[in-house]
Amino acid sequence: MNLTLKIWRQKNADTKGKAVTYQVADISPDMSFLEMMDVLNEQLIEKGDEPVAFDHDCREGICGSCNLQINGEPHGPDRGVTTCQLHMRKFKDGDTIVIEPFRAKAFPVIKDLVVDRSAFDRIQQAGGYISVNTSGNTQDANSIPIEKDHADMSFYAATCIGCGACVAACKNASAMLFTAAKVSQFSLLPQGEVEADRRVLQMVEQMDKEGFGNCTNTGACEIECPKGISLENIARMNREYLKASVK
Amino acid sequence: MAKSALLKSSLAKKYWMAFTGLFLCLFLVGHLFGNLQLLIPVGEGARDQFNEYALFMTTNPAVKVLSYLTYLSIIFHAIDGILLTINNRKARPQGYVSFKPSTNSMWSSRNMGILGTVILAFIIVHMAMFWGQMKFGGLDDTIYTTANGEQVEDLYTLTIKTFQDAQYGLLWAIAYAVAMIAIAFHLSHGFSSGFQSLGINHPKYNGFIRKFGLAFAILIPLAFAVIPFYIHFVLEKI
Amino acid sequence: MGIFESKTPKGPLADKWTNHKNDINLVNPANKRNIDIIVVGTGLAGGSAAATLAELGYNVKTFCYQDSPRRAHSIAAQGGINAAKNYQGDGDSIYRLFYDTIKGGDYRSRESNVYRLAEVSGNIIDQCVAQGVPFAREYGGLLDNRSFGGVLVSRTFYAKGQTGQQLLLGAYSAMNRQINRGKIQSFNRHEMLEIVKVDGKARGIIARDLVTGELERHSAHAVVIASGGYGNVFFLSTNAMGSNVTASWKIHKKGAYFANPCFTQIHPTCIPVSGDHQSKLTLMSESLRNDGRIWVPKKKEDAEAIRNGKKKPTELSEEERDYYLERRYPAFGNLVPRDVASRAAKERCDAGFGVNKTGEAVYLDFSSAIMRYGKEAATTQKIDNPSDEKIKQLGKEVVEAKYGNLFQMYEKIVDENPYETPMMIYPAVHYTMGGVWVDYDLQTTIPGCYAIGEANFSDHGANRLGASALMQGLADGYFVLPYTIGNYLSNDIRTGAIPTDSPEFEAAEAEARERIEKFINNKGTKSVDHFHKLLGKIMWNKVGMARNAEGLKEAIQEISQLREEFWKDVKVPGSANEMNAELEKAGRVADFLELGELFAKDALHRNESCGGHFREEYQTEEGEALRDDENFMYVAAWEYTGKPGEAILHKEELEYEDIEVKTRSYK
Repeated sequence: MNLTLKIWRQKNADTKGKAVTYQVADISPDMSFLEMMDVLNEQLIEKGDEPVAFDHDCREGICGSCNLQINGEPHGPDRGVTTCQLHMRKFKDGDTIVIEPFRAKAFPVIKDLVVDRSAFDRIQQAGGYISVNTSGNTQDANSIPIEKDHADMSFYAATCIGCGACVAACKNASAMLFTAAKVSQFSLLPQGEVEADRRVLQMVEQMDKEGFGNCTNTGACEIECPKGISLENIARMNREYLKASVK
Repeated sequence: MAKSALLKSSLAKKYWMAFTGLFLCLFLVGHLFGNLQLLIPVGEGARDQFNEYALFMTTNPAVKVLSYLTYLSIIFHAIDGILLTINNRKARPQGYVSFKPSTNSMWSSRNMGILGTVILAFIIVHMAMFWGQMKFGGLDDTIYTTANGEQVEDLYTLTIKTFQDAQYGLLWAIAYAVAMIAIAFHLSHGFSSGFQSLGINHPKYNGFIRKFGLAFAILIPLAFAVIPFYIHFVLEKI
Repeated sequence: MGIFESKTPKGPLADKWTNHKNDINLVNPANKRNIDIIVVGTGLAGGSAAATLAELGYNVKTFCYQDSPRRAHSIAAQGGINAAKNYQGDGDSIYRLFYDTIKGGDYRSRESNVYRLAEVSGNIIDQCVAQGVPFAREYGGLLDNRSFGGVLVSRTFYAKGQTGQQLLLGAYSAMNRQINRGKIQSFNRHEMLEIVKVDGKARGIIARDLVTGELERHSAHAVVIASGGYGNVFFLSTNAMGSNVTASWKIHKKGAYFANPCFTQIHPTCIPVSGDHQSKLTLMSESLRNDGRIWVPKKKEDAEAIRNGKKKPTELSEEERDYYLERRYPAFGNLVPRDVASRAAKERCDAGFGVNKTGEAVYLDFSSAIMRYGKEAATTQKIDNPSDEKIKQLGKEVVEAKYGNLFQMYEKIVDENPYETPMMIYPAVHYTMGGVWVDYDLQTTIPGCYAIGEANFSDHGANRLGASALMQGLADGYFVLPYTIGNYLSNDIRTGAIPTDSPEFEAAEAEARERIEKFINNKGTKSVDHFHKLLGKIMWNKVGMARNAEGLKEAIQEISQLREEFWKDVKVPGSANEMNAELEKAGRVADFLELGELFAKDALHRNESCGGHFREEYQTEEGEALRDDENFMYVAAWEYTGKPGEAILHKEELEYEDIEVKTRSYK
């Protein structure tokens, strides 16, 4: 396949960026999207240009590093995949592909397609944990049975990889799905219930401080989430927060 | 903490939006029942019934409380909406070169602000035309004498005449219908969204909420919109 | 210096750890506040260690090259974590887990360490559940288990195919709690480039801020290396793109011995290589071998026809298939340990029975599992005389519930539906058992420098059993290091803060800076990846699944030559004072080019076959590994002397008191 790429290039956080057009040839449909980017970068290095910076690491859809906005959608046109799992067979010969960083005030661009997502870390630091110290005699793992459905729901919420696609897809750049997934994971477990009120209040406060937009329930986040995190989690957080704030 | 959480946080804004929005849905139902009385065939009975109803709605203390709540809700809903929109714009100062939200969300859900603005404009015009006229007079030739002898504005005649007007009646009806379409779209997202914001989301009753919300969004505005056309085309001229 | 002693505590095996904990020195809580610890790497080992050390009161600084600690590659572990809980009542015990791990490691691991690992394994599960890790549960609300290769009990705890993710997020949440308390300072997008030694003790590191390019000095009373394994020396592996050996290699060059580098695990169930463009390999969880049957065609003509696309695997009858693992190892069948399964696949493919275009793939077939589960489901649902179609459909539902996400992943990558046609798999580099040599306290031969998790060599011998990596990482981080490090730090309570303006810091920073400048000013003609790929090819072909003396000698030669070319001709665009991915890669590949040589040297010196190390000269008539306990029952710990090829060998003899050393058999 031969493709035209329009890629956002930005030297660093302080400079203005712009979209630059590149051509790549002989792309195999079996390549992953990032392998196509590798081809482009090898080409640029050979020419003596600077390669395009983008975040990536595990390349199997679990670390959450890769985060490209491809043709107007986070992680591109396929569903249920991260950028690294997107394959070139989803595109046609001669296509033009627009590649941009995830855009949000809370995700400032560091370079080219690399953005700073540390806001997510800070939201979790505000309360995304259960306060338990490490000791050799924490109570036995089977001492509190947990309803399978709840354990499963908690697991599904916990599969969030923190990539930021929810923020990127949202017209309001809201981080509700991310925050809600973490709140849900813990509030669904008896171990997490004890601190549930404090947790949800603090995490939402931090989320607001970071400059994310407000949720208007468009549902774009759920559709674009590579892990299919459900909107139910947002409703659960709304409930938890309401409960905590009237107490 | 808890107090400011209910006033200032982003979630609080959602709760108030949802709460006022769903309250306004109830108001719509009440308003519709009043309006449906305009479908009664022309005559003394129809005029009496509608005007007595209008009087009741403007003087009964309980209804008065409700109506002030409604005004407050509209104002709050609008201001909250404007604040949300401004805030949300700020959350993405640099836009995308290519952005395809149509692949992941409904048009109405993304344009609640525009729809809301249309609706707000409609409400202002609507209030000025009917409620304002009635409250502050100006209906020179249409005076209605109530059962206990009080003289009030004849809202019934005003309404019917507005839509039966040979020159502008149809235009008014069409404008009215446009506003109703805006309301329909607004509701098609807003109704179920309100439940989601208040944390009511469960696989068991989500389907019902969505379907009921959709039915509500179509049927209520449709019923409203039918009335002016009925008055214009079907109802006997007065 | 000179602390190359295992320091295994005295006493009976089962009491060693308890006795040791009672004997070692502690640091009082008030003094812990004055002690700083650096942790490099934030995966399961580093994350759990950082959190626990901070809970205890130490001031911790963590470093990771990713943009968040949560993205360390532990997150990609799929299958599960072992623990001797015996919740299934199938006769599991600490001893049995210990025994399986020693045997699985082909008697090349330290007995006392492995016993301790088995001993604390249960605590890990308790701790993780308390942290809110959502493990899979049964309808009764209790934890579920499954079985993994090389064992005869069900002791693996799991969270679908994302166990590593869930455990790492647990450790990350514990870290977050300490970051919130101010006890952990987390330096993300930072890479350690040098260790700083003052008076022979590890006292800090030089790290590069990967966003600004600035070199930073960080001091501490102890340095913990938890930077994972070095599988990326093969270029293609299941490791993350950024996984590297740099931290381990830097401490090696400054005095830490590197042990058993040739012990590398080649995982049998990975998606085969599809072409030259490939940047990494994807693992399919070992749990698939619970239900999938591995086969190749019996006849070469069939294999050839399949390779040419003239035949489909589904057209071959049962009689025409060779379920070679079931044939060769009837007792364990498809659940033999990883090294055995990998080698068997290679043997079949080398013999010409491979089933994809490259001839390097075997089938992993779920059709009989689908039918078996389908029949079961039909019986429980009281369906009389179900049609084959119905059984198939019911069976698919069961298989989907168990492995749905893995099947979906396979389909996304290969573009074939694994419910309808068998999966193709081939072995790939996955884990490195070798690593920095450590004593019982997990201390390296540099005082004050510790290595934990995959970065050290200690617990898996020559082959690691499935679901044991997560166990070891968390055991080291949560339950071992936080105790043992106190033994060393108790001498440091009066030291006070370590200044960073000493000549030692200056020298270390200059060294790091010089290397970076060399890269930037080199102006060569070939990209870093070019060299990395070449290195990978040498490693895979000559130091891979099967090795021989001749090939290894060639490899050593070729690697050192490649290293020379690399330094002459590598091209690193951009500058040092900005985010520069090529510069980062260059530094890592430079270290791989040195490690690769030591790796081959180690493989060459070990004249036996054991676990993941298979020397073609040393095999039985049936093609099984031939161990030489008389001459090689030791840990090979290499001391750096200036060139990887000239490293000096130190031997830690292994003694097994509580276990009989036997030939490993899974027949």
